[in-house]
Amino acid sequence: MSVSAMFFYGLSAAVLISALLAVTSRNIFRSAIFLLFSLVSIAGIYFWMDYQFIAAVQTIVYVGGIVVLIIFSIFLTQQAGVDLPTPLRGRLFFAALASLCGFLLVTLQLLAHPFRKGAEPAMSKDMKAIGSGLLSTVENGYALPFELMSILLLAAMVGCIVIALKPNTVTE
Amino acid sequence: MNEVPLNHFLIVSTALFFIGVFGFLSRRNLVTILMSVELILNSVNINFIAFNEYLWPGKMDGLYFTLFIIAIAAAEAAVAIAIIIHLYRHYRSIDAEDTDTLRF
Amino acid sequence: MDSINITPGDTLLVNAYFIVLLPLFSFLVLGFFGKKMPGSSSGWLGTVSLATAAFLACTVALDFFTTDKRYVDSKFSWLEFANGLSIDMGVLLDPISVMMLVVVTFISLMVHLYSLGYMKGEERFSTYYAYLGLFTFSMLGLVLSVNLFQIYIFWELVGVSSFLLIGYYYDRASAIAAAKKAFIVTRFADLGFLIGILVLSNTSGTLDFKTMISTLSDPTSEGLRNAAAGSFLGISALTWGLLLVFMGGAGKSAMFPLHIWLPDAMEGPTPVSALIHAATMVVAGVYLVARLFGIFVMSAPAALEVVAWTGAISSLFAAVIACTQTDIKRVLAYSTMSQIGYMMFALGVSAGSDQPTHGFTAANFHLFTHAMFKALLFLGAGMVIHAVHSNELSAMGGLRKKLPLTHITFLIACLAIAGIPPFAGFFSKEAILHAASETHPAIYWMGIVTAALTAFYMFRLYFGIFWNGKAKLHHDQHNHHDHSGHEGDVFQKTPLVVLAMASIAAGFIPFGHFVTSDGSSLEMHTDVMFSILPVSLSVIGILLAARMYRTPSDLPERMAGFFGSFFLAAKSKFYIDEVYLFITRKILFRLIGAPAAWVDRSIVDGAVNTLGVSAEVGAESISELQSGKIQSYAGWFVAGTLVLIALFIYFIH
Repeated sequence: MSVSAMFFYGLSAAVLISALLAVTSRNIFRSAIFLLFSLVSIAGIYFWMDYQFIAAVQTIVYVGGIVVLIIFSIFLTQQAGVDLPTPLRGRLFFAALASLCGFLLVTLQLLAHPFRKGAEPAMSKDMKAIGSGLLSTVENGYALPFELMSILLLAAMVGCIVIALKPNTVTE
Repeated sequence: MNEVPLNHFLIVSTALFFIGVFGFLSRRNLVTILMSVELILNSVNINFIAFNEYLWPGKMDGLYFTLFIIAIAAAEAAVAIAIIIHLYRHYRSIDAEDTDTLRF
Repeated sequence: MDSINITPGDTLLVNAYFIVLLPLFSFLVLGFFGKKMPGSSSGWLGTVSLATAAFLACTVALDFFTTDKRYVDSKFSWLEFANGLSIDMGVLLDPISVMMLVVVTFISLMVHLYSLGYMKGEERFSTYYAYLGLFTFSMLGLVLSVNLFQIYIFWELVGVSSFLLIGYYYDRASAIAAAKKAFIVTRFADLGFLIGILVLSNTSGTLDFKTMISTLSDPTSEGLRNAAAGSFLGISALTWGLLLVFMGGAGKSAMFPLHIWLPDAMEGPTPVSALIHAATMVVAGVYLVARLFGIFVMSAPAALEVVAWTGAISSLFAAVIACTQTDIKRVLAYSTMSQIGYMMFALGVSAGSDQPTHGFTAANFHLFTHAMFKALLFLGAGMVIHAVHSNELSAMGGLRKKLPLTHITFLIACLAIAGIPPFAGFFSKEAILHAASETHPAIYWMGIVTAALTAFYMFRLYFGIFWNGKAKLHHDQHNHHDHSGHEGDVFQKTPLVVLAMASIAAGFIPFGHFVTSDGSSLEMHTDVMFSILPVSLSVIGILLAARMYRTPSDLPERMAGFFGSFFLAAKSKFYIDEVYLFITRKILFRLIGAPAAWVDRSIVDGAVNTLGVSAEVGAESISELQSGKIQSYAGWFVAGTLVLIALFIYFIH
């Protein structure tokens, strides 16, 4: 096993372990930090695969944006240091069973299925190629989804403001 | 990196996906549920990138999908957190067990 | 829809269309806006439109009978189902339809006019006139029908308007029951009519009267051979078809044993009884047989025999009952039934006759004259009923001073119906008896007896109302109607006078020149030797009635005692109603209705209820699933997805 491959398995282990801790930790703040680790490790996998742009976006958006947002909301809604309530026992059992069965089901299928490697020559994935692809309107161009995405983001922004700014006078 | 087979990527992403599912089903705090959703989305991203790299190296579709998923995840997280904050104002709690006004 | 195939200059047909549509117009206007019209203006609208229609009918009749026309029609296709298969609407003018046109519009006009006074102050005055308009429209549509299906449509419309008018006083339980009875009995008969239509149109391949009659009365035509060949229970399809059509006619015309609705129908306002249940609607059955007369005579004399005997039996039967009834409107109703029986057997005795048109002309002649004097009798009875506020003969008597005009006109009508020369009834009845004596002596003798009974019961009515002791007028009349003390207003008197004149004069119309079955002109003659027997019997009937009822005496009771149980049976209308009740209640309801109701309640309803209850219980039990908790939803979703995936991968290929 080469060093390169070992890097991959190490990163994968980091991703899975920290994700597992993130969904099981009783302390919500710790949970968020484990999530952060997991996401950073995923960015590491992208780097390792030579997808620098995606890795960068992953780091900036997830680590810099979403996790920070989550931590803010934790501060807003939760007294730090208070443990989360224990999950319902039946629910916990059911969730574990479902996840395990699902994992086995999918893995069995994966192992039974031989993927054929693509034959065409690899394409450069530098930022210039990505950018021109995003703005291209010809074949393999993603200008329309790109624009749609901007509309979605705008709508999400407006929606967030409307929801979060509702006056507090609403009572049951 | 060619010595790592595609299946290993997929197994990792599957594991990550079901960890997310487990979190989604077992957690009671809405913020941690949101975190589980982020994990699920990330597992899908790994899949896309791996497929792009291994099966269609001459194209960049998987890469673009990953980009869009990240953008959608950001939007989703923002809206979800707005909802969570609003719920918190309303119920003084973000426990998923408490928000059952949609009951029969 | 084709355009109507008449040329603009053809005033005959244009007028015919107008005659039909005018009452419809009055019905629609009164039906929609009548309630808002002030005072009696709604009645005036109906009367004026009817007067116009009557005037047009007279011009049509003049035009038709003075020129050499024998048949004119115009039609347009109304419902086109497929190429060559359509239901037409239109007007058909031939001698009998033109005659009916005059009768219907004339009597209807008289009734409209009379009702202006009679129905004054009624709460639903405009509704009443709207119904009258609907009835007149339907009846005119019926007589002018160009095909069997059109006649059926208007036949049912006539039934509906009759139903509405019988039930006009819908706050009386008896009126509602009578309306329902009339509708159900005639509807039952119409079932036969409909099947008959299907049989006839199937055998002849057309609904159109002209084509159908020419096909089915031509011995060489293929349609007739087919119709005569197919047989059921040993009777040919054609005869079955005609008998079933006659069943419809018998229901509408109150022939035995479908007559039970007619006496009860007298619950309606009296002018309505005059119009519908005496002069026009009830003769629709006669008209129907007359319309298909060509087929009856040429191809199905057996069916015509049935018509003859049904008519004869109804005639005698009703006359016997009429002698015993005490409600004056019921007496008149049975008298109507008896006279329609006369018309029916007049048509029927043409079977096997070498001159079938004798009976045909006689029947139509009697239809014409009977409409006049029977309407007059009813309108007169309406006057009497308004004066004494009762239908019962026992409440009347000595009214000739109070109601002088009614007295005179009623007497004229009684003389006319009794067949005393020179009043109208004499001529038409002579013609009928003459036709009967040629072929059916038995029916002739039944007719003679009926004639004598007719004279007796009509004069029993006359003497019972206008003589027989002192006037027993109500003295609390001011509480009811202010117009009951004297004899009604000019609107009520005019129709009486007009109809009385018609009852005198109608007999002198040379009817045979106008209305015959084969288009030739028939010379009607009165044979003195022939007339002696019926007229003298009628006079005996009158004298007997005078002896019994002119002054109060115990003679009627003694007579009743003499006849004993026969009298009682006749007074109870020979228990026909009870037989019907027995059949419907005891047999239909108990043996069929009750089990059907049980099946409906416990099996049909039970199944539905079980479904409902199980849905409720099921919903109750699974409603826990809808907990409102997203995680439980998500859990079910994940589990379901996994199960589906596994299913698709491992079990379904």
